[in-house]
Amino acid sequence: MKLHEYQAKQVFADAGIPTPGSALATTADEVVEVAEDLGYPVAVKAQVHVGGRGKAGGIKLVEDADEAREAAEDILGMDLKGYTVNKVLVEEAVDFTNELYVGVTMDRGEGKPVVMVSERGGVNIEEVAEEDPDAIAREHVDPAFGLHPYQARKAVYDAGIPREVAGDVASILTTLYDLYEDRDGSDVEVNPLMVTADDEVIAADAVMNIDEDALFRQPELAEMEEEAAEDDLEAKANEYGFDYVRLDGNTGIIGNGAGLVMTTLDLVDYYGGKPANFLDIGGGAKAERVTNALDMVFSDENVDSVVFNIFGGITRGDEVAKGINAALEQFDEIPKPVVVRLAGTNAAEGREILNDELVTVEETLEGAVQRAVDFAAEEGDQ
Amino acid sequence: MSILVDDDTRVVVQGITGGEGKFHAEQMMDYGTNVVAGAVPGKGGQEVAGVPVYDTVHDAVDEENADASVIFVPPAFAADAIFEALDTDLDLAVAITEGIPTQDMAKVNKRLQETDTRLQGPNCPGIITPGEAKLGILPGNIFSEGNVGLVSRSGTLTYQVVDSLTQRGIGQTTAIGIGGDPIIGTDFIDALELFEADEETDAVVMCGEIGGEDEEEAAEYIAQNMDTPVAGFIAGRTAPPGKRMGHAGAIVSGSGTGTAESKINALNDAGVPVGDTPEEVADNIEDLL
Repeated sequence: MKLHEYQAKQVFADAGIPTPGSALATTADEVVEVAEDLGYPVAVKAQVHVGGRGKAGGIKLVEDADEAREAAEDILGMDLKGYTVNKVLVEEAVDFTNELYVGVTMDRGEGKPVVMVSERGGVNIEEVAEEDPDAIAREHVDPAFGLHPYQARKAVYDAGIPREVAGDVASILTTLYDLYEDRDGSDVEVNPLMVTADDEVIAADAVMNIDEDALFRQPELAEMEEEAAEDDLEAKANEYGFDYVRLDGNTGIIGNGAGLVMTTLDLVDYYGGKPANFLDIGGGAKAERVTNALDMVFSDENVDSVVFNIFGGITRGDEVAKGINAALEQFDEIPKPVVVRLAGTNAAEGREILNDELVTVEETLEGAVQRAVDFAAEEGDQ
Repeated sequence: MSILVDDDTRVVVQGITGGEGKFHAEQMMDYGTNVVAGAVPGKGGQEVAGVPVYDTVHDAVDEENADASVIFVPPAFAADAIFEALDTDLDLAVAITEGIPTQDMAKVNKRLQETDTRLQGPNCPGIITPGEAKLGILPGNIFSEGNVGLVSRSGTLTYQVVDSLTQRGIGQTTAIGIGGDPIIGTDFIDALELFEADEETDAVVMCGEIGGEDEEEAAEYIAQNMDTPVAGFIAGRTAPPGKRMGHAGAIVSGSGTGTAESKINALNDAGVPVGDTPEEVADNIEDLL
């Protein structure tokens, strides 16, 4: 789960990390009002979960009220890589002499958290990581002990951070690690961490992503998620408790188990189709979940056909078949053709139960995917 | 022959009084697994599925000589259950639980380096030696005895591939699901090493998926250390960057690491054929045997 910049900055500020003065705004009038309070220049920053906001036109620096209004009107309501901007953060522009990078994440290869510091922060940090990995100093952290103070200092010195600000940067890094640990972060970073002419250090951006599996013990952060309106269909999937990812194709996909659903997507592509989504109904799915899954996929207007692929281990084929029948019997006319493939536990019973006036039944995974891709192509042509 | 589990394995089920724990304890016993005890704090003295329940794993080990555990404990308490298993002298702990916080697993990972107990999982379907024993939730009826080892990050994808093999009359020595989380105990290399050392295993199927670099590292291991032929499969070719595809570990990061392409290339370079479809994986195994 990702926090918005304004949410992450609040968490950072509460923990004692210096951040620029700012306020959230949802209308052009509010933007101007906040900007007048803060004093120009200010930055108007789109609050959406999209990387590279600046390059995409989602961040503007303004010098007076007219420019503030213009920027607000441009950014509020704009479409940024598929997300509509409803909120902007209006923030004091920091007059900086240098941009640093500090972050904490999990190094899954090592199975340990790692803290990172670089003197070359800013919009191109990913290129720096790619082209000159040595420009980012790294220290692995033993999770049983946490980040030792010497490790924070070492990372800062190794990164070549100027002496005047080294102490402050090490202290911010320590605070970030504490937040990462206490709040179950998956990625916590400041980029850029700006250095001013009088050697002050200020977090000009803030990233805080939380481990979704730990939200049960982070109720305060879990609440923030609801404010972050995602894609309508993804919100619906959350409500139903499905693992769902929307894609841009027209063959809808429902299955059980992440690996098998991914494989079904890959096969749709392999046979010349385009997957519309990833939807994992999980293990042991009962009839109601199946009905909800079909409702999800039919709610995506891009979908021209659906392939339903279940390999039963703990999921029983007869339960799935009943769910499919129940879901489809609600329609006077089936919205889009549905191809079903059942295998594993009680698959034969399931195939018996399926109403073949409502669905097309296929024996093999490959056969089912090809059939669904064909249907999608026919529907798409109409 | 087989790896890790057989009909001598004595199993304690942690969380046996829960719905899933009880159901799968019974399923395991129906398959022939030697389940000897359950362990659930506060439930010591009860009997579930015909076996005694103890308050601690230590008691189950002391009283019933258990040498392996299967963990069906909810995510909030699962890391603690794993720590408890690692504190005994069990040979193997299999964690089925999905959704354990990653930072909990980082702490478990640290502890693993100090003990001799092997961890499999979490977020995995378990392990099965056909005809002898299964520890976990795999559907026993699709497996058959034979000479192909299988290691996979995904449960249902394993079933799909095993089903193709079994229908062609190709049986399995042992199938092991290592789990879909970012931090796991037994990894591809550990399992491949065990299969390489197993005389009955004549070929190995390795099913990977996007995310991390485990498949790339496994490819290097295969090239340098294995005589037993390996056939591969990689799920997630069409996954977009930055989106978690169900498994917490299945995510292509923004900087382009963990892609299916990188894994397929690494395996091909190691002489491992990678099937485009699960059926092609079975074709490749037929060719290799």
